[in-house]
Amino acid sequence: MTNTATLQITTPSDREIAMTRVLDAPRSLVFDAWTKPELLKRWLGVRGGWTFAVCEVDLKVGGAYRFVWRGTDGNELAMGGVYREIVRPERLVNTEKFDDPWYSGEALDTMVLLEQNGKTTCTTTIRYESLEARDGVLKSGMETGVAESYDTLDDLLASIRSTA
Amino acid sequence: MGNPLDVTFAALADPTRRAILARLATGDASVTDLAQPFEMSQAAVSKHLKVLERAGLITRGRDAQRRPSRIEGRPLAAATAWLERYRTIWEDNYERLDALLEELKTPTTKQTTAKQRGHTERSHTKR
Repeated sequence: MTNTATLQITTPSDREIAMTRVLDAPRSLVFDAWTKPELLKRWLGVRGGWTFAVCEVDLKVGGAYRFVWRGTDGNELAMGGVYREIVRPERLVNTEKFDDPWYSGEALDTMVLLEQNGKTTCTTTIRYESLEARDGVLKSGMETGVAESYDTLDDLLASIRSTA
Repeated sequence: MGNPLDVTFAALADPTRRAILARLATGDASVTDLAQPFEMSQAAVSKHLKVLERAGLITRGRDAQRRPSRIEGRPLAAATAWLERYRTIWEDNYERLDALLEELKTPTTKQTTAKQRGHTERSHTKR
């Protein structure tokens, strides 16, 4: 089990991007870390001076979440969505959409948590509305990679984040 | 599908084409060579090779009989570079999550830190 910390990224279909990572904690804690604002603020997208300006979670089916990140230069990145399925602590499905949409339509995020011997395998799958939308995300990642811009880097980060 | 990376990812979306590339990474091969291990007709292999060729992932030899396929590194490297970056960003997120989970597993640490954080966040809000 030496490779437990390795993050795996795959494209399971032409509309999806999936990520798998093993975490050394029971899945109830992992689920909380993804769904409680006070915990999300500690880790999701908070790098290079970016912090949460808004982190609201209404954790019920049909309930909304709203995230706004703010950089040290005052730039903001805002997104949100609605919870579709909540099966604590094993499954979470929600939509995601950015205020400044840079891929067409809404994406659907599915997180599945599997626990074994106290470790949790976290798989998040982002399903875009089309192949073009997904490849737009891929292309954007490539361009920002060349530009080396931290702002757009965080745009990318937030865009590919998968559950609330 | 005008962007080269779009074409690359579309070509790579198919598991058979990825397997063909994996085979070509070990050396050039003809359609006949490729059809055998994949238990596919030569026509089916040819179709996949056309997609890979259009994406610039392979080139094909001039030899009229064999037309051996050869893997081309550049588009694949571009696609890999993107995935590598994506991976780095998320690994960074997950490393912060690792630290947080470690803390949550120890109840006493959790309480202290939660209080400290509460103070910090309030003072930020006032500013």
